[in-house]
Amino acid sequence: MITIKGLRKKFGPLTVLDDISLEIPSGQATGIVGPNGSGKTTAIKTLLGLVKPDDGDIHVDGESVIGKWNYRQKIGYMPQTARYPENMTVAELFTFIKNIRGAKQTSEEELIQHFGLQPELKKRMRTLSGGTRQKVGAVLAMMFDPQILIFDEPTAGLDPHASVQFKNLVNQEKQQGKTILLTSHIMSEIEELADYLIFIVEGKIRYHGPMKDLIEKQQEQRLEGAVAKMMEEAAA
Amino acid sequence: MKAMTILKYQWKDLFRGKWIIGYGLIYLLMADAMIRFGGTGTKAMLSISNIMLLLIPLVGMIYGALYLYQSREFTELLLAQPLDRPTLFWGLFGGLAAPLALAYTAGIGIPMLYTGMILTANLQSIFVILVLGNVLTLLFTGLGFWLGLKFFNDRIKGLGFALVSWLFLAVIYDGLVLLAIFLLGDYPIEEPMLGMAMLNPIDLARITVLLEFDISALMGYTGAVFNRFFGSMLGITVASGCLALWLGIPLWRGKSLFNEKDF
Repeated sequence: MITIKGLRKKFGPLTVLDDISLEIPSGQATGIVGPNGSGKTTAIKTLLGLVKPDDGDIHVDGESVIGKWNYRQKIGYMPQTARYPENMTVAELFTFIKNIRGAKQTSEEELIQHFGLQPELKKRMRTLSGGTRQKVGAVLAMMFDPQILIFDEPTAGLDPHASVQFKNLVNQEKQQGKTILLTSHIMSEIEELADYLIFIVEGKIRYHGPMKDLIEKQQEQRLEGAVAKMMEEAAA
Repeated sequence: MKAMTILKYQWKDLFRGKWIIGYGLIYLLMADAMIRFGGTGTKAMLSISNIMLLLIPLVGMIYGALYLYQSREFTELLLAQPLDRPTLFWGLFGGLAAPLALAYTAGIGIPMLYTGMILTANLQSIFVILVLGNVLTLLFTGLGFWLGLKFFNDRIKGLGFALVSWLFLAVIYDGLVLLAIFLLGDYPIEEPMLGMAMLNPIDLARITVLLEFDISALMGYTGAVFNRFFGSMLGITVASGCLALWLGIPLWRGKSLFNEKDF
């Protein structure tokens, strides 16, 4: 269970997160949606401790995580733009992160198999295409079998085949009772994967709750229509 | 443990970049040439230390800042892992400063070994040059790190400040000191001069070299003042204290900047 209370963050004069409070239920998939620049990535980075909040608190499993680092053992993170040390080979990168995490048992092999990354293992990170980097990021996020998985626009650079493979994996993880948090601009993807929905505009939460309720409330068939309506309302 | 893992990786990455090997080779060629032409005595060691006093601060500061910019992805990747920021900071710093110091030590030391200089020359002098070089490497790499963190999102500014700071400390500062002596020569200015030398780590190192080789007489009147002060126990203590402050403050500031930073 992740609880966020009164989270605020400013970058200079720009308010990125404005008093965000919410609960992310365990064992469920939560989708975060919102227009570009609404604070989705900042919210995730704050949860990871990459960005330090000006005010507010975040609890993971009942413990405050501000200024702590050990809780990240429970989290696997796949960033939006996967940037990795350029000179490292893929295999070296995996070994390196394994050493940092101090993990012995990993599902590295299966994940490499799943994404068909074997031919890429000896290549340097800088020679990889954007999509392959995304796959490497997905393997890194999932190989340690963490309780909480965070994906920031995971399928943005993936081809349809890899995208389907990725979604299958996420569904598998969901069935194993993992807490999943993902952002995406592809509404059908959120609809497919998420149970809960958080809608952020300009650093404020506009909707937070089960996805079905929102679709019913907005009297729409699909999530896309419901979110589009909500964005119009927010802009008005 | 984790700091060592980071260090090991960076070590590998630096040597793969070949840049650091080139840096060591510069010292090797230079030391070799100086010993070949200047003999194995004081002259060669003085020439070596003169080049060291210019080159180490420049490379330390520029590469310290540059390295931080280059390893941004690496930093972001690691910060999402269960790892505390101080460990990562010291891992990054050690991963750069230690290879730089090693390149210097090897570059200077190897020619001294194969020319047999180590047998004939004054061991204490060799030791002073090696230690000074290592301290300066740590000091200026720390300063570069601090500048890099201060201007993390503005590389041009960070590198510009590094370059200007080097120019100021290594060249302009001396000019200012000379100007002060020239203008105020009629007044008792020995003590303010001592103070000014203390404020510049390159000057401190230079004075140490001059005293070690006992050529402070070449500096005339001020040389005598320095000799009297730095030669004493108090002088050595104050000078080492100043160098320690110069080493500690940028690293301390850098570390707290790193701890508070949003990535």
